[in-house]
Amino acid sequence: MDPTTTFVLWGLAAAGLALSWSRDPGKTRQALAKARASAKTVFAPLVTVILLVALALTALPPSVLSRLVGEESGLLGVLLASVAGSVTLIPGFAAFPMAKMLLENGAGIIQVGVLVSTLMMVGVVTLPMERAVFGWRAALGRNALAYGHSFLVGLALWLAFRVWP
Amino acid sequence: MKRFAGILSSLALVAAYLAFDPGKAAALFSMAGSNFLVVLSILPPVFVLLGLFDAWVSRERVTARIGEKSGIAGAGLAIFLGSFAAGPLYLAFPIAETLLKKGTGLFNVFLFMGAWSTMKIPMLLFEIQSLGLKFAAVRYAMSFVGIFWIAWALERLLGPEGRRELGERYRP
Repeated sequence: MDPTTTFVLWGLAAAGLALSWSRDPGKTRQALAKARASAKTVFAPLVTVILLVALALTALPPSVLSRLVGEESGLLGVLLASVAGSVTLIPGFAAFPMAKMLLENGAGIIQVGVLVSTLMMVGVVTLPMERAVFGWRAALGRNALAYGHSFLVGLALWLAFRVWP
Repeated sequence: MKRFAGILSSLALVAAYLAFDPGKAAALFSMAGSNFLVVLSILPPVFVLLGLFDAWVSRERVTARIGEKSGIAGAGLAIFLGSFAAGPLYLAFPIAETLLKKGTGLFNVFLFMGAWSTMKIPMLLFEIQSLGLKFAAVRYAMSFVGIFWIAWALERLLGPEGRRELGERYRP
């Protein structure tokens, strides 16, 4: 995460707390108790996700991936990219440099498009967290639909770069 | 104990992998460590802001702005909130929960989740920088259409029954 975002977030939180305290200390204590409670609920799942993401990215480094999802890898490569992208939900600041590296190493445009899209939108390891908020039906549904959508993204990129460049 | 079952089983997986490939230990732990720092740097202020929002903003006011009957303005606000956010999608889950509790419409919560996952403005700038304007523009346009059809299809998938169930879960 870039430092500006972090700085802005902490600044906003501090200013909000100060303003809230000056108006109503009781409500502010209530807000802080809520903050602590939500932090407690997400802490364990979050650490789990971080460990699994690091494991997935170490086991499947860009050098291995770009061979598997090359321009000639066809449908199989596209499917592989979609599965690799779906396992983890990683944020763009990790996904984009990786995608750039893959393209430079000869990966295909559809494959990279599908990978980037599934990385950002589909997360199998975060399903339990998502289910806790939305229930199984909506959590599985959102991931399945986002998975389907990722193929359309790959197709659109292919049309834009290979068919009408 | 149950709370830490996930951590323990993922640690077991990591250990099993490192037993096969011990040379990767440094790379794996430095990646996990830097991600952990990212989370630590944004999680506390995000939760404090959520707590303040929860304590100060009434359900009635949220419902009027972004509730079931808020129309295009509500949808726009949902996308705005999602796309100016910071952090990975799993940080959006607790925020979506608060939005639901405050009476945000389901369709708008799905739009918010969609925008958060793939339309964040800071990420767009970064995408242009690493993959080029054309790649980013095509993907962003697809995302804009995509989050609408996904939110629409999700509502259909849940049906009236599922929508009511989810709504009742978050009614105070």
